[in-house]
Amino acid sequence: MKNRLNQLIASKYFSFFVTVLLFAILYGAGIAMYKGFMRPQVFLNLFIDNAALIIVTVGITFTLIIAGIDLSVGAVLALVCMVLAWLLANTGLPVGVCVLLVMVMGTVFGAAQGYIISKFDLQPFIITLAGMFFCRGLTAVISQDTIQIENPTWVALASYRVDLGIGFVSIGAIVALLTIVVAAVVLGYTKFGRTVFAIGGSESSSALMGLPVFRTKVMVYAISGFCSSLGGLAYSLIMLTGYNLHGLGMEMDAIASSVIGGTLLTGGVGFIPGALVGVLIQGVILTFISFQGTLSAWWTKIVVGALLCVFIIMQAFITEQKSKLSSKSSMEDNNDPPIQPTPSGAES
Amino acid sequence: MDMLKKFAGSSLFLPVVALLVLLVFNTIFVDGFLSIQLTEDGRLYGRLVDILNRSCSLIILALGMTFVIATSGIDISVGAVVAISAAVVCTMIGGRGDGVAQMPMALAVLAAIGVGVLCGMWNGLLVAKFKIQAVVATLILMTAGRGVAQLMTEGQIITVYYKPFEYIAGFLPGMPLPTNIFIALAMVLLVAVLMKKTSIGLFVQSVGINATAARYAGINVTLVIFLVYAFSGLCAGVSGLIESSLIRAADANNAGLNMEMDAILAVALGGTLLSGGKFYIGGSVIGAITIQTLTTTMYALGVSADQLPVVKAIAVVIICLIQSKKAQEMFDAWKARRMSKQNGKKTSVDGKVAEQA
Repeated sequence: MKNRLNQLIASKYFSFFVTVLLFAILYGAGIAMYKGFMRPQVFLNLFIDNAALIIVTVGITFTLIIAGIDLSVGAVLALVCMVLAWLLANTGLPVGVCVLLVMVMGTVFGAAQGYIISKFDLQPFIITLAGMFFCRGLTAVISQDTIQIENPTWVALASYRVDLGIGFVSIGAIVALLTIVVAAVVLGYTKFGRTVFAIGGSESSSALMGLPVFRTKVMVYAISGFCSSLGGLAYSLIMLTGYNLHGLGMEMDAIASSVIGGTLLTGGVGFIPGALVGVLIQGVILTFISFQGTLSAWWTKIVVGALLCVFIIMQAFITEQKSKLSSKSSMEDNNDPPIQPTPSGAES
Repeated sequence: MDMLKKFAGSSLFLPVVALLVLLVFNTIFVDGFLSIQLTEDGRLYGRLVDILNRSCSLIILALGMTFVIATSGIDISVGAVVAISAAVVCTMIGGRGDGVAQMPMALAVLAAIGVGVLCGMWNGLLVAKFKIQAVVATLILMTAGRGVAQLMTEGQIITVYYKPFEYIAGFLPGMPLPTNIFIALAMVLLVAVLMKKTSIGLFVQSVGINATAARYAGINVTLVIFLVYAFSGLCAGVSGLIESSLIRAADANNAGLNMEMDAILAVALGGTLLSGGKFYIGGSVIGAITIQTLTTTMYALGVSADQLPVVKAIAVVIICLIQSKKAQEMFDAWKARRMSKQNGKKTSVDGKVAEQA
């Protein structure tokens, strides 16, 4: 029995199981407490409301897997919202061109951060922290007031509903789900994805193996920038404005979701579907607070912070347990080890 | 000449030169920048005093941040801790319009500093004991901390009418300079004495250079890291007192906003490597004054508080690039290549030397 438990803890998907279980418990508690939770639309709303966060989390997961971090995601999202609103309000460019422009802007910004980090061997947190302040400041330079989006095409896109039979989802939610699928495939089944995990495991070993470390690192930060700007578009579809304080503190929400979903902050391990469940857990907490009605919205931040703490500490515990198990199994029996120690590189 | 060269190589060179450039710029473009007057009730009055007054809370934050960065960590929660400390002191004294304090001010001040230390200890616990990366550990408090401050003030701005509260960042009767300058001076002196008389500085430095080696040398690395974060929390607590006293109110949204960036910038400008190791308290202090002068100059030029981070972010990246070893190597290699092109003959020798370096 104990062996089974140990095996479970040592499994690659242990923290994913814990996350799914936590989500089920939270949702079950919601159904028990509030009748409204039963409606399928409440579940679909989780995807609609958190589309931007889901997309941003996917991007940040890439940077966390290579043992980096991207603190600029929330600010890039705000900048994208603002630039898009400004372009739609002040130029006659078609919507498609505007969208393309902001996407290129976000991706190039991410790539530039990645270039500085990898080329000059600087700590990612300091460069992306500077990037965060840079983008927030730039957003304020464009406009310190809210810019409304009144472009008919964009407004129509924002209110478009995709009927699923049991309810509807927005375009943003569909884009978010597509991003999840693409990212999971890229990480799990491509050369690039394998390289990302290898760099997270050990950067110097990857370089010695002849993997393109520099190029991959720049690409990872570019992906994070790309996802932030895609998230910005999804956010813009919900808010229909550009504003300096959009996405404030989103970097923590995204990091928390990723970690709750099983990404190790030390790099080398990450699981995209887990990140999705991480976002959904936060969404359920938010739904709780809005159903409850009297709790201050500030509680969300505090609860998310606490959750992040708990999961990080749990990770530290699991990692310790794993190293104990693997050392034990190699000592006991070399021919048929009772527990297969998992290699530190992970599946997606 | 020799002294000039020595100075150019020292850690103080960058912040002092940056400060001088800013001062010269201000002297030319701002009328009466350098003039300091003595008012009738014996107070010094002038733009320079004002800059010094405003930079006090930043100097104190930079002190704590210097030690944290020296252990190759970072504390991005200081801004939020400033907000919490401000919220504590203002809710305890209370916003009664008749200027009566609900609780004794000494108690409120102690509580605010205590809460700051508690926040720092929490960060220290996460980083030192649970081995969580410093950025993420302090990110938790950075975002959740403002929520805590909001809950304390119940989402409102508490204005304090109690008169003695103004003295923290204002003038005590009969004093020529604001009190917070003395507070900052006292803290800098305290740290300087600790550095000179004890080996704490050496401990911090060795942990920053190589934590494993420090542990084998018999240093209690966990304790050093824990204490460093607790001290940063203490500094943020004191800073919160000054910030709230300056505006005589607790504003959970805006107190200490973006201050973590200023503090990191001040430390980096002062010559402390962001990768840890050697640190310079004097450099950080001058760095903090330089940053505040920059902020004041930018305000004078009509840049708004929201837009200011653009300038500071660019400054951080440039300082990082200057400090970066890789960039230094690349620059040296480029210089060697140019030299060898000019000399013609010595090409191969110079090129090889540069590559080896």
